[in-house]
Amino acid sequence: MRAPLDMKSPAIARITIVVVALALAVLPFALAGIGTAWVRITNLAILFVLLSLGLNIVVGFAGLLDLGYIAFYAVGAYVYALLASPHFNLHLPFWVILPIGAIVACMFGVLLGTPTLKLRGDYLAIVTLGFGEIIRIFLNNLSQPVNITNGPQGITLIDPFRIGSFSFAQSETFAGLTFSGPIKYYYFLVIVMVLIIGLNLRLQNSRIGRAWEAIREDEIAARAMGINTRNMKLLAFAMGASFGGVAGGMFSAIQGFISPESFVLVESINVLAMVVLGGMGNVFGVVLGAILLSFTPEVLRYTVGPIQHQLFGRTLLDPEVIRMLLFGFALVLMMLFRPAGILPSALRKRELESNRVPQA
Amino acid sequence: MATGQTLLAATGIAKRFGGVQALSDVSFHIEQGEIYGLIGPNGAGKTSLFNVLTGIYEADGGTFTFAGAPLANLKPHQIAERGIARTFQNIRLFANLSALENVMIGRHVRTHATVLGAVFRGPRTLAEEKGIERRAYELLDYVGVQKRANDLAKHLAYGDQRRLEIARALATEPKLLALDEPAAGMNATETADLRRLLERIRHDGTTILLIEHDMKLVMNVCDRVMVLDYGKKIAEGPAALVQKDEKVVAAYLGGEVTLNLKGTG
Repeated sequence: MRAPLDMKSPAIARITIVVVALALAVLPFALAGIGTAWVRITNLAILFVLLSLGLNIVVGFAGLLDLGYIAFYAVGAYVYALLASPHFNLHLPFWVILPIGAIVACMFGVLLGTPTLKLRGDYLAIVTLGFGEIIRIFLNNLSQPVNITNGPQGITLIDPFRIGSFSFAQSETFAGLTFSGPIKYYYFLVIVMVLIIGLNLRLQNSRIGRAWEAIREDEIAARAMGINTRNMKLLAFAMGASFGGVAGGMFSAIQGFISPESFVLVESINVLAMVVLGGMGNVFGVVLGAILLSFTPEVLRYTVGPIQHQLFGRTLLDPEVIRMLLFGFALVLMMLFRPAGILPSALRKRELESNRVPQA
Repeated sequence: MATGQTLLAATGIAKRFGGVQALSDVSFHIEQGEIYGLIGPNGAGKTSLFNVLTGIYEADGGTFTFAGAPLANLKPHQIAERGIARTFQNIRLFANLSALENVMIGRHVRTHATVLGAVFRGPRTLAEEKGIERRAYELLDYVGVQKRANDLAKHLAYGDQRRLEIARALATEPKLLALDEPAAGMNATETADLRRLLERIRHDGTTILLIEHDMKLVMNVCDRVMVLDYGKKIAEGPAALVQKDEKVVAAYLGGEVTLNLKGTG
């Protein structure tokens, strides 16, 4: 009914899946050839894909504008850090902590959702923005009188993922290939990403997904049709938040160090930009948006300086300034020429098509 | 046809908005299988009565009894679950969803898939999904907009949107279908089609409460009619009798004109 990609025949679909799977399997070694940094950048990009997919449930499906989404990422990250670091001297295994992180983030999602049930649009945006800041400020200040979060210094020496003696932080050589720490994380992240994409697609084409879309379109009509809008909105907040929590836990383990600085407002806006740029409500659009917005600044970081040197023989302008300028310019152009996102949701595409052919 | 069994009974319904008494002491009952008309001049309180009945507003006084049980303090979605479905005066479709999806959403209240069901898609969820889609197509066919199933609701012609709203309401399997001016903006042919649709819905076992300004439609299709004016019930009875009621004529044409009419016979 709502095929996100144009897969006319099952054969083409199968070939596409095999090609994508092979590409994803080979990718980290190709990236490692350019530089290990690129594998790390890819891992962070996948984390942002997960965040965007979570936010897409709240913003894209249910139509609830959330400007404090990064708070759930922070909650997941701190849950992992506190339960797997020398800070409290706890070292639980990751497969125990990640679900705990998801549940705690989910509870925070309900905590944010409950008082905002009657708010929409601008008002909801402001409350969620405030919520995001409250969480960050708490993390910054919960070092006194009892030291829980270690304040602005953050938490260090966070455990990597470990299964028995198999650690995600060590390099290993297997069948002549070197699997570095980031490459191991990469495979884990890809598996989680594929699972979450599948989950999103199934949710969207279900009774639950339709109820969310009904709320987005007209809340009063949705209620009159028998949809319990309170529960459905809380469910959207809770699901979105738990995705953020899982992503946060993985971020903690990969970085080994977190501080409140990683969870500022700009990050929330960044995730929202990924959702909007990719195409709100379209799962594959959102994935593409997250990948583009994560990589573009990094690619510019490594190219702006050298290109200036080649052209002028010296650095005329600070690469950092140009990088953000080009990035901002690209975003403005995008929104001018593809206002519904790179891959508009099926519904918006239909809308544009039927606009072109006026109907009686 | 009317069976003599009471489906909905309202006693002493009152609703006040600030200084305006939108409804005062409105009592009536609707029988199973009836088409019950609700008419009155603009601002008489017809839509307010609908909103109180369907839980969008809370009544300041009075009670509704529906199918033998009171409807006190229920949320709109619970009232839909009890079996009252409605349409809106100013069409409220899910504009950016297809006609089919609009009707599928109407099935929400009669289906059960949870998040886990949706994610794992077991045989029961799959069967339920198929049932939802099949029923939605049937209903689109029933009201006559099956050709527009995949078009966005907002791109449908006005009359089709009205009928789609009826299909969406029917998808909730209501015992009572409450229609708020379904013929508004329809031409004569469309209104005639609508009349046939209403009679068919009643024939298939759903009781109808109808707000309508098109008097020809009301007189043709309604078994009984209640007239509201300034939030008060001023007349009730078979359509032909109500039409001749002096108070009703006065409410519609204004007091002075009535005097004039009396003067000239």
